[in-house]
Amino acid sequence: MRLKLVPQKTSWDFFSRAKYTLGLSVLLIIVGFASFMYQGLNYGIDFRGGTTIRTESTTPVDVAAMRAALEPAGLGDISITEVFDPTFPADKNVAMIRIEAQEGDEAVKGATVQAVEDAMRALDPGMTFPFPSVESVGPKVSGELIQTAAIAVVLAILAVLFYIWLRFEWQFALGAVAALVHDVVLTLGVFSELQIKFDLAIIAALLTIVGYSLNDTVVVFDRVRENLRKYNKKDLKDVLNISINETLSRTVMTSVTTLLALISLYILGGDVIRGFVFAMIWGVIVGTYSSVFVASAILLYLGVKRDWSKPDANAGNQFGNVDA
Amino acid sequence: MLQMSLFQKVVIWLTVAVGILLAMPNGFYTTVEKHNDALAFLETGISPNAETSQLTPQELEANRAGWPEFLPSSLVNLGLDLRGGAHLLAEVKVEDVYDDRMDGYWLEIRDILRTERDSIGTIRRQNAPQGELRVTVSDPEGIQQALTLVRSVATPVVSLTGVGSNDIEARAEGNTIIVELSEAERIATNDRTIQQSLEIIRRRVDEVGTREPTIQRQGERRILIQVPGIGSAQELKTLIGTTAKLTFHPVVSRTTNANENPGPRNIIYPSIDPQDAGSFYILEQSPVVTGEELADSQPAFDQNGTPAVTFRFNPGGARKFGIYTAENVGSPFAIVLDEKVISAPVIREAITGGSGQISGNFTVEESTNLAVLLRAGALPAEMTFLEERTIGPELGQDSIDAGKIACIVAFVMVLVFMFLSYGTFGIFANIALILNVGMIFGLLSLIGATLTLPGIAGIVLTIGMAVDANVLIFERIREELKTSKGPARAIELGYEKALSAILDANITTFITAVILFAMGSGPVRGFAITLGFGILTSVFTAIYVTRVIIITWYERKRPKTIEV
Repeated sequence: MRLKLVPQKTSWDFFSRAKYTLGLSVLLIIVGFASFMYQGLNYGIDFRGGTTIRTESTTPVDVAAMRAALEPAGLGDISITEVFDPTFPADKNVAMIRIEAQEGDEAVKGATVQAVEDAMRALDPGMTFPFPSVESVGPKVSGELIQTAAIAVVLAILAVLFYIWLRFEWQFALGAVAALVHDVVLTLGVFSELQIKFDLAIIAALLTIVGYSLNDTVVVFDRVRENLRKYNKKDLKDVLNISINETLSRTVMTSVTTLLALISLYILGGDVIRGFVFAMIWGVIVGTYSSVFVASAILLYLGVKRDWSKPDANAGNQFGNVDA
Repeated sequence: MLQMSLFQKVVIWLTVAVGILLAMPNGFYTTVEKHNDALAFLETGISPNAETSQLTPQELEANRAGWPEFLPSSLVNLGLDLRGGAHLLAEVKVEDVYDDRMDGYWLEIRDILRTERDSIGTIRRQNAPQGELRVTVSDPEGIQQALTLVRSVATPVVSLTGVGSNDIEARAEGNTIIVELSEAERIATNDRTIQQSLEIIRRRVDEVGTREPTIQRQGERRILIQVPGIGSAQELKTLIGTTAKLTFHPVVSRTTNANENPGPRNIIYPSIDPQDAGSFYILEQSPVVTGEELADSQPAFDQNGTPAVTFRFNPGGARKFGIYTAENVGSPFAIVLDEKVISAPVIREAITGGSGQISGNFTVEESTNLAVLLRAGALPAEMTFLEERTIGPELGQDSIDAGKIACIVAFVMVLVFMFLSYGTFGIFANIALILNVGMIFGLLSLIGATLTLPGIAGIVLTIGMAVDANVLIFERIREELKTSKGPARAIELGYEKALSAILDANITTFITAVILFAMGSGPVRGFAITLGFGILTSVFTAIYVTRVIIITWYERKRPKTIEV
């Protein structure tokens, strides 16, 4: 007996409610984008400059007392958050102190970290010194980092657009890229809505989402291309439905195995990479959804050239049949 | 038909075996690491780190024997976020060097202009903005001639980009001649400054004896320094951020007024000797000797038993120092470190041996550090630190432990899930998955890649995604079985038809991994590497390894029907 997440044979119509699903996607994109524009991302020091200090103590974190202890040092805007993690033992209490970027190019003045250490030593001798981690980025570098990151995401999308155009047809490429943009915007939206710290690692997660979402989309498209030749009398809508149904079992299998791995990392992997893993979990869910309900739906609206009478017209261009 | 030549099978299994063999040392990380350190120490005589240098010969030998010679011994490097250590991004103020260069040109220009004193009158160097040399001539009529003379000092720049241009550019404004470095010379000078800084930072970090520091140039004027195992970025900053420019100047006078006018071509520096607190020294700007002429420096104790630093000049420096001290017995000279007077002793007798001792108000640690800095040489220019990160070793270890547990749990869950879904074929995919992770580590070790925390996430992600190719194939075989062509044909078609989807899907993901690698830095790059390798190995194991397993199984069993 096999475990089957999807029935052996399905023939669901994925486009019967295309208006609603596409509408939902558009709505979510607008909400995500609006949140991104108005609320903005909670940039980490990688992108905003400043200093974060991780403290660890045997006694419980008292944010108010810490803030009061740091007040006399006059370090400007300070935010202190307690870090919770299921993997921490009871006597491990972790907090993050974040100090705004200072004047000039310099990342941090040595005196600043020293001042924080002195204040903390006086407040709570049970703390671990030197601090488990101190990270500091100057305003000059943080500006460059955000620029590079944005370029990386755009480049990745363009490169993929080009590859799919080469292997399929331009309609496929547009559909795939629409799905990608959809996934990226929704991920940014979630990060700005929930105010999760957005740092360099999240950019890596974002690009992985781009890769994963594409992976899914390409598998569906590959089947569409094959079925377009096989069922050359059928409606494009039927062909798309057949293709999605045929690949559905695989789509679900892969998403589940990936999610299994990611969820274990989310729960057990420690707090340092939790934001990063969260982005990827979200991306896998959104990416799977978008390859069916965005990429394929857009392909349906754009239509595909179905003139199979000419032998060379069956896959867009000469790269379409390359099997390597 | 469903078959594969023996040769193909051998090649596939051999590739897998090599991958696993390369990965194996990582399973015995500490043993292999000790073996490598001991081996490096025994072979080169240079200790790779402080720990190793303290071992007895027997212990070294035991460490070396801990791992057999014939096995591969390359390890995956652990990134700073896993091992703990300090990371600094420094920007070198390359402009600092321009003034030194101008001082050099001034001597040359002065000499050549003096020969024509009759037609251009007397010359005088004026104060100038950074990077400029301003010289006035008393006879305005002679300015053109002076300009021609100054220009004759210029020499062509030897560099790839600066063909056809000279090293300095001169122009006249009234009776002042303004000299600047040319664009090409600036670029060449900046380049040299960075190279020198790199070299000196490397020497200073090596003196501390830490494991595998990364010191590399980034962009035009930046240097990235990563030192595993060091306590904090602050510590690293004091080590490499100090310019350590040591100079010996003749003393003009001593004062308590910091704003006193030192007079032309003199400078005023504060004293840092506590017994001499609040006083300032007016010194001649040109030093007698500089730290560049030092041959050696060691921490020591002076006759009173307080920490001091001894130094020894090279022959050139020793001669200059000897001549100067012989001529100036009875007058004070100042020992200046980074524009602060450490002490200003009176010369009691000529110092001809070329060695001496600096006593200041040092702690033992300070005198040791100063000796290190003096030995390594002064930085050509000041640095600002744009980015600094310290990760404690415990936090790194926590991340490794958490990552390990997460990896194992993810692994087990995926293995169980695959078995439940595909039965026997699921086991085949699982074998491939296990080999796959082994091969990722093999590849990482082979190129000496660095494993970071996001890198571990990349491996976990790969565990999840690697089965994708197999899922594609198995699902396809299921479909082909429905059209009842017999098991052998179905398996063959399954592989054949799934191939284009597998390749397209993985190439697109690979493209993003490459872009991540090219654009990212540090931990992000570590993620890109494991993701990229994961794609390569997972495609290999899915297409070849599972196929070999399935074919071998099929040839043995010859099943009439198969259930996937």
